[in-house]
Amino acid sequence: MLSKRIIPCLDVHDGRVVKGTNFVQLRDAGDPVELAALYDREGADELIFLDITASSDKRETMVDVVRRTAEQVFIPFTIGGGLRTIEDIRRMLRAGADKIALNTSAVQNPQLIQEGAHAFGSQCIVVAIDARSTAPGKWEVYIHGGRTATGKDVLEWAEEAESLGAGEILLTSMDRDGTKAGYELELTRAVSRAVSLPVIASGGVGTLQHLAEGLTLGEADAVLAASIFHYKEYSIEEAKRYLAEQGILVRGLV
Amino acid sequence: MIGIVDYGRGNLRSVEKALEKVGFEALIITSPEELDKVNGLILPGVGAFADAMTALNSGEWIEPIIQFARSGRPFLGICLGMQVLFEVGEEHGEHAGLGLLAGRVVKFPPGGKVPHMGWNSLKLEQPSRLLEGIPNESYFYFVHSYYAEPSEKKDIIATSDYGVVFPAVVGKDNVWGAQFHPEKSSPWGLQLLTNFGKWVNDDATLSSH
Repeated sequence: MLSKRIIPCLDVHDGRVVKGTNFVQLRDAGDPVELAALYDREGADELIFLDITASSDKRETMVDVVRRTAEQVFIPFTIGGGLRTIEDIRRMLRAGADKIALNTSAVQNPQLIQEGAHAFGSQCIVVAIDARSTAPGKWEVYIHGGRTATGKDVLEWAEEAESLGAGEILLTSMDRDGTKAGYELELTRAVSRAVSLPVIASGGVGTLQHLAEGLTLGEADAVLAASIFHYKEYSIEEAKRYLAEQGILVRGLV
Repeated sequence: MIGIVDYGRGNLRSVEKALEKVGFEALIITSPEELDKVNGLILPGVGAFADAMTALNSGEWIEPIIQFARSGRPFLGICLGMQVLFEVGEEHGEHAGLGLLAGRVVKFPPGGKVPHMGWNSLKLEQPSRLLEGIPNESYFYFVHSYYAEPSEKKDIIATSDYGVVFPAVVGKDNVWGAQFHPEKSSPWGLQLLTNFGKWVNDDATLSSH
């Protein structure tokens, strides 16, 4: 049967991983390619790189990261951050990315989802949603890295993204992000039930139990985490062993 | 030398890099004339069945690929490249495939999430050279909404379970197909590509004598 996925997320700025890492095995903890290859060896199921480079003239640096990653990493990986046009998407896929994540650009220009899905297939179009709670059971979509409110309802936007051809939803709770208090389970479950696409839970994970809750109570198909893996609080292997003990199906390396 | 068919529909670079990683040189083939240069062939593919067949047809690939397969040289279709090996695809209407394997390509029944995307395990149905050294229940990365229904049970090498049990690896003589992406299925996908590469080399050595 289909297993649940664990997805480490790497924030990349000017071609370097930010939010430091604690891996002693790495020659250069700031090199995204080296870290990605390590996560591949440890049994990560997928990887996501978020390019947080401010200026678009530095985008070529990210293309190079993608190209080098594709030479060394043999699990699927997604690139997000600053992709605004079909040409931006094409460039990343050509360089070797398997999927791209659209956030602000998809809200500002929903047609981009449709055009991307039509040109490259739904399987490579991930719509990333940053959600903030506004009332019990209600969440609003934020863009520009969580700085700008859009007035859009998260559940409605997720459904619209699906109908436009998105293949997956990467759902981040802005309220939980960085808190280590656990995923916002009510939000994750609401979105998982609203769409028939795979949903990746993100924002707030601090313990292995949080990962399990995201997959069971949150009904997510995959869980994203950054700091717990980067800072070696837990290894991917420990996370998988824990999830397996909870009766959750995860991929073992045998 | 292993050829990878470039007909504008697939992640060629990933397949090429994965082969390089396990020590095999690959040549991206952009015109049918180049098929003579290679001892084994990989047909990748992403997208819709009819769209892929149209692309193969407009590049005048269909007959040369069929001839290549009939020459007995090792041939591997990946994902959609596996699906088009069959006679008929039912994606957006009925469309003829390459017909190298008997059977049809059909949609997953409603109920589960489609596409079937993620890591699923293999049940080995019969021993094969392509899966040598790969344990039963190993995981591979899948992305697809349709699956093959071979007419011949003996063409099913391994299956996977997504509500329905479907063929994950098919094969007959020298023509093989994997529904998953071996190039994205570290570590066992790389083992499969290693097995294929060795087979291509052995076959080339054998036929040069």
